[in-house]
Amino acid sequence: MSKETGGLDRRDIVKRIMGGRDEFLVVTGLGGAGYDCTAARGDHDLNFCMHGAMGGAPIVALGIAIAQPERRVIAVLGDGDMLMGLGSLATIMTKKPKNLSVVVLDNGHYVETGNQLTASGHGVDLAGMAKAAGFPIAFDVADPAEIDDKVEQIQSALGPVFASVKISSEQPPTVPKTRDASYMKIRFRKALLGVVPS
Amino acid sequence: MAPDRNWSQEAYQVLKDNGVEIVTYVPEGGVKDLIALCDADPTMDLVSLTNESEGNCVLAGAWLGGKKGVFLMQGSGAGNCINNFGLNIAGRFPLLAIIALRGSWAEGNYWMIYQGRTMHRILEEAGFKVYEVDKVEDAAPTIEAAYKMAYNADAQVAVILSHRLTGTKEFKR
Repeated sequence: MSKETGGLDRRDIVKRIMGGRDEFLVVTGLGGAGYDCTAARGDHDLNFCMHGAMGGAPIVALGIAIAQPERRVIAVLGDGDMLMGLGSLATIMTKKPKNLSVVVLDNGHYVETGNQLTASGHGVDLAGMAKAAGFPIAFDVADPAEIDDKVEQIQSALGPVFASVKISSEQPPTVPKTRDASYMKIRFRKALLGVVPS
Repeated sequence: MAPDRNWSQEAYQVLKDNGVEIVTYVPEGGVKDLIALCDADPTMDLVSLTNESEGNCVLAGAWLGGKKGVFLMQGSGAGNCINNFGLNIAGRFPLLAIIALRGSWAEGNYWMIYQGRTMHRILEEAGFKVYEVDKVEDAAPTIEAAYKMAYNADAQVAVILSHRLTGTKEFKR
């Protein structure tokens, strides 16, 4: 039950993907992904962290990418989350947004609920599924020597980009962040659009 | 009322006049003319969903990015959305869902009757304001009222279109 699919440090790789780039529009899925992005760039105005609607993060990111075609949009989520919304790979490819990157933090386990294996942990190839859906760029990130090149593609390649990052199933400590979706919505729209609610 | 009054054309015009730029949908016979009218409009971006549970999520993202939209589907599709509607409730994301309801009028397929019987109450329990429309003259005004409520009040609103309006599917035996 505790087979490792890779050993990369999730906090390190997410920090490198965020790269201090305040202009990225970021949507995170449930569980650790929101804490990783918060650890990387703070409780940022342009982080929208989901704490429900499992499977929905890539598709919320698709909506942002359609509305904001000039901005890089990055969805960061766990492998269990991605598996719950696999249809989104097909939906994303009906629109083919060049500015969207989907980053799966793949440890092959449902770590939060007791470390049960996911389908990825059973050997299902998520990047292969993205490739079959037509993603022009879809890869695993497992070799530390390749990280710089692959991070750069996630940040700026003509997408949609799909990355399955083979992380260890260690769970780093949580960091202080809000879970209030209405607050995150309002501050995101204020920072991006200058809109305050009426 | 003219017998050939076209509620789809009127509904399309209401959506266009009120700034809809994104249309998410899973196709359904009852709203096929409305989908086609939106698809023919270069100012509207259509997203054909793999599963209805994506429709509100695309529109929530579009709202974060500054665009307004509408979500079209069949009644059984609304059943697929219940968990993901939590995003709209938790975040007060505006939503107009237009649902062509199978199973409520002259239905010939018993599988459809379950959601036809329950969808109105399920959506109300989920926190939606729910309107039902079964007359041609009510369709566009109701859609306009619902849309304004969704986007002015950050509310979650459903318009259920009866098959009395959209036409029933024929089953022969």
